Amino acid sequence: MRWITTLVVLIALVIGLGLWITRPKADGEAMVSGLTPDAAHGGVVFTASGCASCHMAEGATGADKLILAGGQAFPSQFGTFHAPNISSDPEAGIGDWSALDMWNALHNGTSPDGSHYYPVLPYASYIHLEPQDVVDLHAYMTTLPADDTPSKPHDVSFPFNIRASLGGWKMLFLREDWQMDGDLTPELERGRELVEAMGHCAECHTPRNALGGLKSGSDWLSGAPNPAGRGTFPNLVELNWSDADLVEYFTSGFTPEFDSAGGHMALVVENLAQLPEEDRAAVAAYIQALPLE
Amino acid sequence: MNATRMLTAAATVATIIMGPAIAHAQEDLPPSVAARKAQMSLYAFNLGQLGAMAKGEVDYDADAATAAASNLVKLSSLAAGPMWVPGTDTESIDGTRALPALWENMADVVEKATAVNEAAVAMEAAAGESLEGLQGAMAGLGQACGSCHKAYREPN
Repeated sequence: MRWITTLVVLIALVIGLGLWITRPKADGEAMVSGLTPDAAHGGVVFTASGCASCHMAEGATGADKLILAGGQAFPSQFGTFHAPNISSDPEAGIGDWSALDMWNALHNGTSPDGSHYYPVLPYASYIHLEPQDVVDLHAYMTTLPADDTPSKPHDVSFPFNIRASLGGWKMLFLREDWQMDGDLTPELERGRELVEAMGHCAECHTPRNALGGLKSGSDWLSGAPNPAGRGTFPNLVELNWSDADLVEYFTSGFTPEFDSAGGHMALVVENLAQLPEEDRAAVAAYIQALPLE
Repeated sequence: MNATRMLTAAATVATIIMGPAIAHAQEDLPPSVAARKAQMSLYAFNLGQLGAMAKGEVDYDADAATAAASNLVKLSSLAAGPMWVPGTDTESIDGTRALPALWENMADVVEKATAVNEAAVAMEAAAGESLEGLQGAMAGLGQACGSCHKAYREPN
């Protein structure tokens, strides 16, 4: 009987060690202290990051897009996720969050109560945001309306419903390094910030491995199947559009054939259209610089 | 071989080569679906005239821009009902991307179609004024087209 006890204790130790190594990471106050919030710049971060596109109510338009009541469903091979309420309501939303809470959510994928978020919140992209961007974003979001719609739980089945397992996912796939590196022009640096960090383009346009990690190198932004069912997200490496074609698409949503953007990309275009002209040109420059090595 | 026989032979060869392509292009679509696709093609063609100027691919020409914009106004004024008969959605037939939701939300569809007409009228006013005006009006048109495609067209 003693060997059984020993085995159980050993297994418990191994599991415990694994959980400890992959425990949710959170940074301390020093990360954001001393930064002065600029809510106006936070509005640009908010638009470029597409927060409203997922967190507004399904089909919201105009000013209603700023009511971040949540509820949209995102089907995937792991189950269906529901965007939570991130309005300024302190109970139903995130009105009681500090700037540091927001930093830990977006940079570390860790909630204020210290658990892992699913990477459907694209922290694998938002990890590249600067602390100042997050402080500004936090200041801006406190100015948005409160809404008391309760968040819907995710509909995710075993074993993916065990959030502790996400620590392993983060260990495998969460990286602070940029995909496009080397000596970049200021325009490409801005393009990289908009594409890889805020715009989180790769979350849809890059194929994933079996565990849901993004592929890199020449696979980066090379298109992927739509997890919601039929259709695919286009391959941006082989797009062959001119700079003017890309900028026109980001401004009006018209393709070179004068078809118009549909689905979630129509929402992305609505966001890009609100950014300064130079930002749209910077995103175009980044796409023209593909493929990566 | 006289001229008539040569022409007949040429026509036969052409039919053999082109026949399958023509048949494939028509795909046995219901006339209503073929008609609305033709309308979309005309939109795209006229938007292309304006877009080429907006992008700087061709020189700005106030008359040509106004003509293209006027075509958009006319296209967006067509009585559209017969082109959108029930039973021509993605669930019922092949060869369309029009979702069933379009027929379930007709009031909203009409509102969105009206917005397309308004955006075309705005383009007609702007296109002949200046290149900057034309460029500015493209975004409004794109949003009007996109709002229907976003809601009622199956993604690719």
